[in-house]
Amino acid sequence: MSDVASDVIAIITKKKRVDKPTVELSDRLEDLGLESLDAVEMIFDLEEKFDIEIPYNANTNNPRTEFDTVGDVVKLIQNLVDKKS
Amino acid sequence: MSDVNRVVVTGLGAVTPVGHTAAAYWDNLKQGVCGIGPITLTQTPEELSQKVAAEVKDFDPLKHFEERELSTLDRVSQLAVVAAREAIAQAAIAFDMPLSLRTATIIGTGVGGQTTLDESFRRVYRENRSRVFPLTIPKLMANAPASQISMFCGLRGPAFAVASACASATHAIGLAFHMVRSGQVDCAVTGGTEACITFGTLRGWEAMRVMAPDACRPFSIGRKGLILGEGAAMLVLEPLERARARDVQILGEIVGFGMSADAADLTAPDLGGMTRAMEGALTDGKLDAQDIQYVNAHGTGTAVNDLTETQALHRVFGEHAGKLAVSSTKSMVGHALGAAGALELAATLLAVRDSVAPPTIGYLGADPACDLDYVPNKARTLPIEAAISNSFAFGGLNAVLAVKKFR
Repeated sequence: MSDVASDVIAIITKKKRVDKPTVELSDRLEDLGLESLDAVEMIFDLEEKFDIEIPYNANTNNPRTEFDTVGDVVKLIQNLVDKKS
Repeated sequence: MSDVNRVVVTGLGAVTPVGHTAAAYWDNLKQGVCGIGPITLTQTPEELSQKVAAEVKDFDPLKHFEERELSTLDRVSQLAVVAAREAIAQAAIAFDMPLSLRTATIIGTGVGGQTTLDESFRRVYRENRSRVFPLTIPKLMANAPASQISMFCGLRGPAFAVASACASATHAIGLAFHMVRSGQVDCAVTGGTEACITFGTLRGWEAMRVMAPDACRPFSIGRKGLILGEGAAMLVLEPLERARARDVQILGEIVGFGMSADAADLTAPDLGGMTRAMEGALTDGKLDAQDIQYVNAHGTGTAVNDLTETQALHRVFGEHAGKLAVSSTKSMVGHALGAAGALELAATLLAVRDSVAPPTIGYLGADPACDLDYVPNKARTLPIEAAISNSFAFGGLNAVLAVKKFR
């Protein structure tokens, strides 16, 4: 697993609201019970961790539909990290 | 109900993004003037992602205060005192003894003296300076606007601040209304004030991810969130008997006040909490749902507020909901947090007085989930006998006021 993937998983693990010991790339965000404030906090943590800006407006973006799985979030972050360097 | 328990509004003052007096504010609301524009009040606005807000433009404090006085007044208090003076002048009331002792000053503010706080933090943390201005603390305290109004206007009765974020002013006015109605005081100067367009505050709102980049479009398809605003609105409340004895013009009557707490999510709106606050205001005002023609909605322009508020209006008003004119003046003046409820109650009182519903501007078309009549883009003349003004705050604190045309 890439460093980005393990960091993303660590951040999502802190925010999940279901009793599940480990978070996998194939896990669906919806099944992890992330609520809207959790998403905003998760995005902050990701931005801080990777020093990137993630465009996100809680009124027009819905993380549950735009990102199906944890793996989708990893892909977005990897993209933004690659663009930065 | 005997006259002594009726509470009327005899003075109104406002300093807003669309006018520095209540009359100018109301004229511009009726014309659908938008007060949203580029951010100019903070230092280094170019560093911010958010580019627009609803600022009170061209407000020159030296037109209203001596330079010496200004060293004691944060912008939030300046706006408050100017609005209070206007309201008191309109009410043509002199706070001599003993009335001064029997007059309450109850002022809502969400975040208090943010300009002072922001400037001192900037000096200390960004500029590495070792001292801040000597009156930093008494300028930034949340009760400063209430204290300054009491001092400038000579009001010696109960005086304090009310803080409930976006519902602060509505809670303050509601409390003042109940104190006058019960006879606890003989008069009240009440309202709300906010001056929150500062660098740090905007950074905080950016982090919430709820602001629209361009325009506030409440209840509309394609709405993208709220726009931060500022301003102040103040009212003079007194018993009908006193107003009649003074033979002064009566602008309207406050008849009901309802409050509730969601006890649920910190930021997500709650259908039950909204519903209970509106029902509370109707019950307190001895009004039936069918008595209301106009609703000044909380209508922030966020996806979830507008949806939930629409559902709550359906729940409270049933079939009558479809007959209501519902508008959000935040589309024109943004969200002035702790002042919002006062700006909106002022608009509601004048809407009832003149039988004109101000519009929801920036409305692009119907969101299928928001299916009421939002008075899109153009003010409308219609018979209005009674109306409510809604305020629903972060923290799940809700407050609603009901007003009637004075007859």
